[in-house]
Amino acid sequence: MECQECHERPATLHFTQVINGEKKENHVCEVCAKEKGYLSYPDEAYSFHHLLTDLINFNASKLDSVENKTLKQQSQELTCTHCGMTFSQFKQIGKFGCASCYETFSSRLDPIFRRAHAGNTKHNGKVPKRTGIDLQTRKQIESYKKELQHLIETEAFEDAAIIRDKIKELESNPRKSEAGDKS
Amino acid sequence: MSLEHFIDEAISPWMRDDGPESDIVLSSRIRLARNVADVSFPLIASEEKLEAIHDFFQEKYEHQSFRNHEDFEFISIRDLTAVEKHVLVEKHLISPHLVKYSDESAALISQNEQISVMINEEDHIRIQLYYPGLQLERALEDAFAFDDWLEERVDYAFDETRGYLTCCPTNVGTGLRASVMMHLPALTITKQINRIIPAINQLGFVVRGIYGEGSEAVGNIFQVSNQITLGKSEEDIVSDLGSIVNQLIGHERNARSILMKQSELTLEDRIYRSYGVLEYSRIINATEASRCISNVRLGIDLGIIKHTSRNILNELMVLIQPGFLQHFAKKNLTANERDVLRASLIRERLELEK
Repeated sequence: MECQECHERPATLHFTQVINGEKKENHVCEVCAKEKGYLSYPDEAYSFHHLLTDLINFNASKLDSVENKTLKQQSQELTCTHCGMTFSQFKQIGKFGCASCYETFSSRLDPIFRRAHAGNTKHNGKVPKRTGIDLQTRKQIESYKKELQHLIETEAFEDAAIIRDKIKELESNPRKSEAGDKS
Repeated sequence: MSLEHFIDEAISPWMRDDGPESDIVLSSRIRLARNVADVSFPLIASEEKLEAIHDFFQEKYEHQSFRNHEDFEFISIRDLTAVEKHVLVEKHLISPHLVKYSDESAALISQNEQISVMINEEDHIRIQLYYPGLQLERALEDAFAFDDWLEERVDYAFDETRGYLTCCPTNVGTGLRASVMMHLPALTITKQINRIIPAINQLGFVVRGIYGEGSEAVGNIFQVSNQITLGKSEEDIVSDLGSIVNQLIGHERNARSILMKQSELTLEDRIYRSYGVLEYSRIINATEASRCISNVRLGIDLGIIKHTSRNILNELMVLIQPGFLQHFAKKNLTANERDVLRASLIRERLELEK
């Protein structure tokens, strides 16, 4: 059997990966396995940091193997305009350079977060009290609008009018919103 | 008051109070990681930017008070001696990381030593809040309020989808690391702990030694903390951790009562031998001392050793550390000199209890 990565050398490493419930059979040669980070080097001290960077590299290589060449090319040029960190630097050290990196590398972060946080990619907790008010108001308005749509569809116009007024009030005076007290 | 009392006292004022389950749970800690918006993380930020953050915190928060956490002391790490840094790390008031990158780093510590804010650690701001015993919910409430209080003057790096943005992808979202320090001698004696740790890991929580990542469980003290920070609310993280800790408490109590039933004499022998070593030895290294202190503390909890306070574990565990010993001696000591001083300090401390 030949190596599925280089298609040159014989595959000497055979293993099954389960990623988010999906099984994948892998047959690779030792050289490719090292390159892709499947093999750990016995003399390297085991640490959480290594585990993390391996994990980031691993995910990136998985993306590559999807053969999305455009994405791959983009990633090589992905550089944070705020701090100058490139995606490959991020992969190497396993740390972000600044808050803008999150934006810059956004398209490639989900698999990394999923691995580190048991499948989660979205924040579901505290929001800054002061600067978060606008955000909370916007969320509240969004949910009211959905409710309004539903009420109109079900022809519950009286209730719809109440919700419409609530939206108006929030839009004109966001600081007073009840959502502002949350957190 | 100034830096001295943080250094001179082996145990922090808040440790003198007994919290819930304090026969097994030594302390609960909430850590929140925050960053200042529009400034690169300390890893690559310029010295000027970091110095500006350092100065901002000194200017705005030095000698301020929040609730009962009074009169924050502002400490620039670069101004400390090597021994002073060592002692603050041994008391868990600052992290080894803060000391390693100490050019612009600082700590803001309340007089009761319950709150310690690390400035320019891996993230710009790391809030740490301690409570005695198992009081995670209370600690979280206090930490949230303190976080809001800081945020009145600081714009945080926050994103609607990703939450609080941190330098390391493992902290993003809530930025919360909730941890509980537990004394688990019976689970260690019966080796049950080796089966329990992997099970806890599978639930997205970690069990470590007393000094954090990669450290050994000195004196049978374990630190249990959450690993996942993204996608779960802070309240959920804390309540999940709480239920794991409660289960551990149950297992530990169970193991203690089985030990008492099945091998009381062996256990008593073990405890009294340790007490004897602490009371009479003239040279003792940190590992042996930790082991003996843990046994004695177990003896106190089981009512085998009387007239000695429980607090002794918390206090001696810090007292026997190299940094504290050298601070006490007011000079650098060789390992052998430390072993001699350690033995004599422990003897004195036990004498005090009588």
